[in-house]
Amino acid sequence: MLTAVGSLTMMGVALGGLLGVASRYLAVEGNPIEGEIKDLLPGSQCGQCGYVGCAQAAAALAKGEAPVTLCPPGGRALAQQLAAKLGIKADLSAMSDSGPQLAHVAEEICIGCCKCIKVCPTDAILGAAKQIHNVIREACTGCGACVDRCPTEAMTMMPMPITLQHWIWPKPMVSVAAVAA
Amino acid sequence: MGLFDKFFKEPSWGVHPDDHKRPAADVPLRILPPPAKVYMPLQQHVGGAARPIVLVGQKVLKGQLLAEASGNISAPIHAPVSGTVSAIGEITAPHASGLGFTAITIANDFADRWIESTPVADPFALTPEEITKLTAAAGIVGLGGATFPAAAKFALGRRLKVDTLIVNGGECEPYLSADDRIMRDRADQVVDGVRIVMRAIGATQALVGIEDNKPEAIAAMRVAAEPFPEVKIRPVPTRYPMGSDRQLIITLTGREVPADARAAEVGVLVHNVSTCAAVHQAVRFGRPLVERIVTINGGAVKNPGNIFAPIGTLVSELLDFCGLKEEPARIILGGPMMGTPLPHGLVPLVKGASGILALDAQEAHIPEAGPCIRCGNCTRACPMGLLPVEMGAHIRAGDLDGAAKFMLGDCMSCGCCAYVCPSHIPLVQYFNHAKGELWAKERGKLRNEATKRLVEARAVRLEREAKEKAEAAARRKAERAAAKAKAAAEAPAQTEGETA
Repeated sequence: MLTAVGSLTMMGVALGGLLGVASRYLAVEGNPIEGEIKDLLPGSQCGQCGYVGCAQAAAALAKGEAPVTLCPPGGRALAQQLAAKLGIKADLSAMSDSGPQLAHVAEEICIGCCKCIKVCPTDAILGAAKQIHNVIREACTGCGACVDRCPTEAMTMMPMPITLQHWIWPKPMVSVAAVAA
Repeated sequence: MGLFDKFFKEPSWGVHPDDHKRPAADVPLRILPPPAKVYMPLQQHVGGAARPIVLVGQKVLKGQLLAEASGNISAPIHAPVSGTVSAIGEITAPHASGLGFTAITIANDFADRWIESTPVADPFALTPEEITKLTAAAGIVGLGGATFPAAAKFALGRRLKVDTLIVNGGECEPYLSADDRIMRDRADQVVDGVRIVMRAIGATQALVGIEDNKPEAIAAMRVAAEPFPEVKIRPVPTRYPMGSDRQLIITLTGREVPADARAAEVGVLVHNVSTCAAVHQAVRFGRPLVERIVTINGGAVKNPGNIFAPIGTLVSELLDFCGLKEEPARIILGGPMMGTPLPHGLVPLVKGASGILALDAQEAHIPEAGPCIRCGNCTRACPMGLLPVEMGAHIRAGDLDGAAKFMLGDCMSCGCCAYVCPSHIPLVQYFNHAKGELWAKERGKLRNEATKRLVEARAVRLEREAKEKAEAAARRKAERAAAKAKAAAEAPAQTEGETA
């Protein structure tokens, strides 16, 4: 009996020691999935998800504390990507997706106060004091941060216009006969 | 290409639809009376849209530059008639979506005054770079329908040391005969253009592939190419899609272009016969690409045939010129296999439009799609060796990435699979839809990366501004301190002076 207790103890100590060493020298800093999620997020730190920035949102997503539908600028497409990355099935039906949005300046109301320029995370607004501002469409992420700051409500969000380059052939309608088969 | 194909000329891929080319192909070329207005779109080519350099109200001559190329892959636009620029604005694009794009409208003054040009007596005395420059300035793009700027292709051919120029006279699409007509009527121009292009890309031989359903064109080209042994006329079997570059290259040279490579990487370059004729016009006479031959055909057309028309003419005017038997059930720009359905006739003729088809109700009829019976006909027909049945099933189920694993990216939407499908499944529409969605996803990723770069640039800017502000504040403080010290130093001296 002593041999059995002794050998098991020895094994326990040896394996425990091995685990201890491994946890010290082979440790992974942080959760690797966090970085991958951060790469997926827009990175504009707009804060619409309720977190301070995209890194914090990524951390919450990795821990499973936040839903994959948290990012309004990313929309439905991002939610799908996040769900695939986290290996979960997301219910996207509730997510109202208005598609990608762009900020738009109503030129007759804009007073040229420069407030929106200061909050834009991607420097997508062009303008100077007492000059009508304008949005550079290629740079706008549609985060909507500027809409809240505009004192005259000249800034609005509009769906991204569909151009020849963006248009996609619709999926063919599946006929009843094909479904029955 | 299997062993079987080596001994038996008939390729194993593709389809052989009724070609419907005659009688339209045999009608002599007609010239369209100049239209009252032409609409020149800024985007008639692959690459960046041209940038307008004319103003509304400005008088322009025929062939005058309207918009200049922007970026490396782009082409300029020239005035197809002389007259006045009456508008620069949005018109309906010749595109299945029916969306608009920007075009320059010119009101014709019917004077038909060409801009002055400098003809080149001997184009073979020019360096390849000079020929490329002249071709680029003339706004020449691939006239077979791909509309890739020709000059960019020349430069590519020179860089990759291409030895063979393949001249595409295949014209495998049913109904179309524009290339057939240009080879019959202007064979000497085509051959001269071929030789100029050879000089521009440094090729030592040119193989002109012509489908053997065009015996008149083959005969005319043989006569024109007789004095030039380096230009070889090679009839090829009539088989759709013989006019696709990969299929024509393998048929004529036996070289297979890898999936992720361009034709130039196996030492060949493909140019259409009409493109070669346009190069002849541009280099010999300094004439930009402002007119082209277009086939008007289809069951609803009274007098089908080929028309020489200014680019920018409305499709409806071309159809009216040929007469309509009935209201067309569908108008198609290009061929029936790969062409674009048009929303209506009020769209302009563009550089890459080789045909306009007004189909009657019987031709335009789309049979109801049935279930897939897994017969495998589509697999046999696919010229790229893909599995349309598998790709279609994945896309129908919404699994686009699954379809991409079956090499959807290699599909060229030639329509052979949909043509042979006994269940009439719209396979090409599935593929086009999936390609669009996958490309949108890719674009989203690129946009995301661009956003990250912008955010980083902003962070750097804010940091730099804060630093500059702090430095400026420190400098002002130092200046103030210095001024104070100076004032203090001067003040006692002054008081001393006053007291003295």
